Amino acid sequence: MVATISEVQEEIVNEFEIFDDWMDRYNYLIELSNSLPLIKGEYKSNEYIIKGCQSKVWLNAEFVDGKVVYTADSDAIITKGIISLLIRVLSERSPKEIINAKLDFIDKIGLRENLSPTRANGLLAMIKQMKLYAIAYNAKFGELKN
Amino acid sequence: MQDIDKIRSDFPVLKQKVHGKPLVYFDNGATTQKPECVSDIVHKYYTELNSSIHRGIHLLSGNATEQYEKARETVKDFIGAKSSKEIIFTSGTTGSINLLAFSFGEKYISEGDEIIISEMEHHANIIPWQMLCARKKAVLKVIPFNDNGDLQVDKLDKLINKKTRLISIIHISNTLGTINPVKEIIDKAHQYGIPVCIDAAQSVQHTPVNVQELDCDFLVFSGHKIYGPTGIGVLFGKEKYLNAMPPYQGGGDMVDEVSFNHTTYNSLPFKFEAGTTNYIGAIAMGEAINYIRQIGLEKIAQYENELLDYATKCLLKIDGLTIYGNSTKKSSILSFLIKGIHPLDAGMILDKMGIAVRTGTHCAQPVMQHYSVDGMIRASLSFYNTKQEIDYLCKGIEQVKLMFG
Repeated sequence: MVATISEVQEEIVNEFEIFDDWMDRYNYLIELSNSLPLIKGEYKSNEYIIKGCQSKVWLNAEFVDGKVVYTADSDAIITKGIISLLIRVLSERSPKEIINAKLDFIDKIGLRENLSPTRANGLLAMIKQMKLYAIAYNAKFGELKN
Repeated sequence: MQDIDKIRSDFPVLKQKVHGKPLVYFDNGATTQKPECVSDIVHKYYTELNSSIHRGIHLLSGNATEQYEKARETVKDFIGAKSSKEIIFTSGTTGSINLLAFSFGEKYISEGDEIIISEMEHHANIIPWQMLCARKKAVLKVIPFNDNGDLQVDKLDKLINKKTRLISIIHISNTLGTINPVKEIIDKAHQYGIPVCIDAAQSVQHTPVNVQELDCDFLVFSGHKIYGPTGIGVLFGKEKYLNAMPPYQGGGDMVDEVSFNHTTYNSLPFKFEAGTTNYIGAIAMGEAINYIRQIGLEKIAQYENELLDYATKCLLKIDGLTIYGNSTKKSSILSFLIKGIHPLDAGMILDKMGIAVRTGTHCAQPVMQHYSVDGMIRASLSFYNTKQEIDYLCKGIEQVKLMFG
């Protein structure tokens, strides 16, 4: 059984609960940055860049067996850690699951400050772009698989 | 600074903790904190004295008008203008430059004319001129700076020609900290009869500025960067230009007589202050100016220079740290990068340690392009900062290196 989006979010919340100070949390994010499924080098172009981020973020999504599979990269490490979490939650799921996902783990692990629309790391912009990919694939293939 | 504890106690914001750590506020280039006397006067006006200026015959309106005009006198004295008619209240530096670009542009700029700015301008002193150039089919020219952060003033001669109508230059670079030789630029421009605008957003709070000594034709700055409130700023202009320039916005107070056939405009400075102005902002900015004048601009400059020297020495001891902007004439602004570490990563960790720095392009993307970097970390210091805070910043940077190294 594949864990649901809520289950994975809960998992992440539990992982972060172990840390009582911010430094450990950020160190964990730095560690997580290494587990990011990296976007192919040729996609690290302006076409795949997410605007609204102070750091550069490239995101791609492919549609494989009815599931959206994300890859990404960033030049900032904490940003990479945050996208790796988003990908862990959202990647390899059906477009509908992604579109309907309520991402409450960000708040719960103390990264809410990164969610304000003007916050430079553009977490909101990333989530929006991930959902847009899901919407696009749903429009194109959704009736077949869902 | 003689009594740093006393000065710090004037700024309530500085007493707080952020993320459980004492706040170290090093983002003064973006905006400065407000002394209690400034927030007190804002509160006092809204609770006791509020009334629209230049309108009513009643007591409150009369008082507010008097205080507003007194604030104009304060600004006039502060920058050494000849007359308070030369002082226009605007919404800030950006508002002032947009007013100037529109109004000066309407009067003096035609197709093929040229305007000169520099490579180290803040976007506020680039975009309004680009918009004007697009509107009038005029040409924008740029004085470059060298890698040290010094403006290449010797190249100005080649940029000036018969079509040059205006030079608009940043006094102190908000990114590099360079204090530009504006007097030299003004004197050179005046040899050709070209007026000069000085963007003093980063200078009036750090060093004495006198418009008559400089002989600049326009000068702009913001209230919120000079320990005053947001939403208020100043455009100084020589009367001969301001009189010739058309109004920027139409509305109440900027008129003499109005009929549906014809309207005549009010005289200076009211011609450029349409609508109900931010009079409480202006009055509070006057208070802020009085506050820093009481401490003394010379004393402020001297202490901030000490901080700059100390910070430069401390930062340069950190392995892999590069400071951008190393002019010998520099204000207390330090932009830097740590090798291999993204400024955003550094900024987020420093924030968690209670240190407020700016990261990103500092509204000066051409400066980033000059050095081929995507952004920088900037610490901009004020007279309420201390050497201990600089030590703590360095400790913070070591922590950042430890985490990302």
